[in-house]
Amino acid sequence: MDLENQKRVKELAEQYGPENVVVLLGAAEGEASGLAAETVTNGDPTYAGPLTGVSLGLKVYHVCEPEVKAEFDPAVYDEQVSMMEMVLDVDDIINEMTSIREQYCKY
Amino acid sequence: MKSVIKGAGYILVHTPDMVLHNGTTQTTERIVNPDGEYLKELPKHIRTFEQALSYWPNQVYIGNKTPDELAAVEQPWCDKVCDVNDRYGHFGQIMPQEEFLLLMQACDVFGLVKLEKGFVEAHKAALAANPIIDETIMARIPAEQTDAAEIQRLVDEEHSEGLYHNGELVGCVNRAHDIDVNLSAHVIHENIVSKASSVTALLSAVKNAGIAKEDVEYVVDCAEEACGDMNQRGGGNFAKSAAEIAGLANATGSDARGFCAAPAHAMIEAAALVASGAYKTVVVTAGGCTAKLGMNGKDHVKKGLPIMEDMIGGFAVVVTQDDGVSPEINLDMLGRHTVGTGSAPQAVISSLVTNPLDKHGLKITDIDKYSPEMQNPDITKPAGAGDVPLANYKMIAALAVKRGELQKADLASFPAKHGLTGWAPTQGHIPSGVPYIGFAREDIMAGKLNRVMIIGKGSLFLGRMTNLFDGVSFVIQANTGAEEAQAGVSEEEVKGMIAKAMRDFAATLMAQAE
Amino acid sequence: MSILAGKKVIIIGDRDGIPGQAIEACAESAGAEVVFSSTECFV
Repeated sequence: MDLENQKRVKELAEQYGPENVVVLLGAAEGEASGLAAETVTNGDPTYAGPLTGVSLGLKVYHVCEPEVKAEFDPAVYDEQVSMMEMVLDVDDIINEMTSIREQYCKY
Repeated sequence: MKSVIKGAGYILVHTPDMVLHNGTTQTTERIVNPDGEYLKELPKHIRTFEQALSYWPNQVYIGNKTPDELAAVEQPWCDKVCDVNDRYGHFGQIMPQEEFLLLMQACDVFGLVKLEKGFVEAHKAALAANPIIDETIMARIPAEQTDAAEIQRLVDEEHSEGLYHNGELVGCVNRAHDIDVNLSAHVIHENIVSKASSVTALLSAVKNAGIAKEDVEYVVDCAEEACGDMNQRGGGNFAKSAAEIAGLANATGSDARGFCAAPAHAMIEAAALVASGAYKTVVVTAGGCTAKLGMNGKDHVKKGLPIMEDMIGGFAVVVTQDDGVSPEINLDMLGRHTVGTGSAPQAVISSLVTNPLDKHGLKITDIDKYSPEMQNPDITKPAGAGDVPLANYKMIAALAVKRGELQKADLASFPAKHGLTGWAPTQGHIPSGVPYIGFAREDIMAGKLNRVMIIGKGSLFLGRMTNLFDGVSFVIQANTGAEEAQAGVSEEEVKGMIAKAMRDFAATLMAQAE
Repeated sequence: MSILAGKKVIIIGDRDGIPGQAIEACAESAGAEVVFSSTECFV
């Protein structure tokens, strides 16, 4: 994850309390989703950014996952995201995200 | 008046040492993780010039192989050896690092690029033998060169940016000012690389188009660097600077910027400048980008792959007044992502693809080939960015299904039929639609294709001045022949309509007869 | 219990996936407060 984005995630989690923060991702495939999710839960796996060794354990979802999708206004989702569901490998993304949440999510 | 694509040039430069010393992934790592595994492992993953030559996507880029031939090769490509490994292709060439370092010095008009004497002696003849390099360029290389000890001192004490070849310090780029960060050695290095690769592309394109250098009246540079000093950071003008070295004595020019969308913007601007009669011949050009070298290197190294982002890219396209045969740019069929379009992927694709087609009553399937972002999937897939061109084709196909122009069953075959497999290096603006213009010109002239859409998209939000995305598209089509004096239905169109009416009538008669 | 309603949401979109602004619209429709939104680019 971009270093500046890691810095912002760290600051905002401290500011609002990690239990009040949810991260939503829009990555293009499973592995990249998993890496971003790992960064905001267990710490930066590439050892490059401010989240290296910082386990925030934040709640994190990909925008295409059913749990969060159910909470969006269907018309908004349809307009903003639905077409990409045909393009992305949503099952792969769900698998990666679920695995990371099960291992590292604290909230 | 119409504007046509007269020719194009595509060049690559193999810069393995710049991957290590100038790519931002590596320079960042050197700051945050200097003793990490990545920097230790990286040198083992660097390709030789021969390996870069026999890499399939590189041979497609310079025109020795076609996108169709590449699509038939099973991925990944980094472990395959292309049966053609020429450094020259009919669109351009793959230049080795040593020649390029000398060319950088020839492109430096401020005495900032210093090279070691022995290095120059060893490689000067090779650059002189390069068919696009003439004596005016060779004459720009100073007779007096520098001692190795002095170069070492400049790097150690004067903040100069080292130039390396095979791991050895063979030169440096000095800062152009002691305080001004915009003239720092780092910035000057980046800008001279961009300029020198643009010069190489310009020379290739002018040669391929078969025009005289004197014919070029205007040059538009659409790279992603900025040149200027502390009082005007993006002052410009790469276009005219490169035109000077390339010997385009009658040209002026300017820089168009817009991240990866800039080449498509620049092509539309060039076509409009020619169509309006402002200039007869305009060349769109761009050099490559050192910062992006090895950009996804961490993923490549982690997966045991070679560093494939070791190529500086460049391209140039010559746009001229109608010659009656070359494919035309249809300025009446432009796609535009506007401020109000939003960032939803379907809105983006609609604005770029279907809006211009709707204006002419055309369907998505009426475009024979789409060239959106032609990033090489061999590079992007292992880095978690997926297959970028394929994702674009899936989106276009999904939109076609939504509009009832494509059967859902044909969704899977759409990318192969109306798309291309990506072959361009991840040099930002370089892959953005334009790598296909050279092939498109040939295929349209050979009658294989009728209409091609070039799509450029840009991540404007990276500049932190807006959260907006951007993009423009244009259509290249077969030359419609002699120009009509006035607007309206052309003779061709009338003939087409009559022919269609007669065919329909005949079909009705036959149906009745049965 | 809802995941998003009343929460502070951080968005990391992707230029070649779902961009930040598109996710923002969705998150707001679920009653979340977007405190940061960015779009990454790997190409």
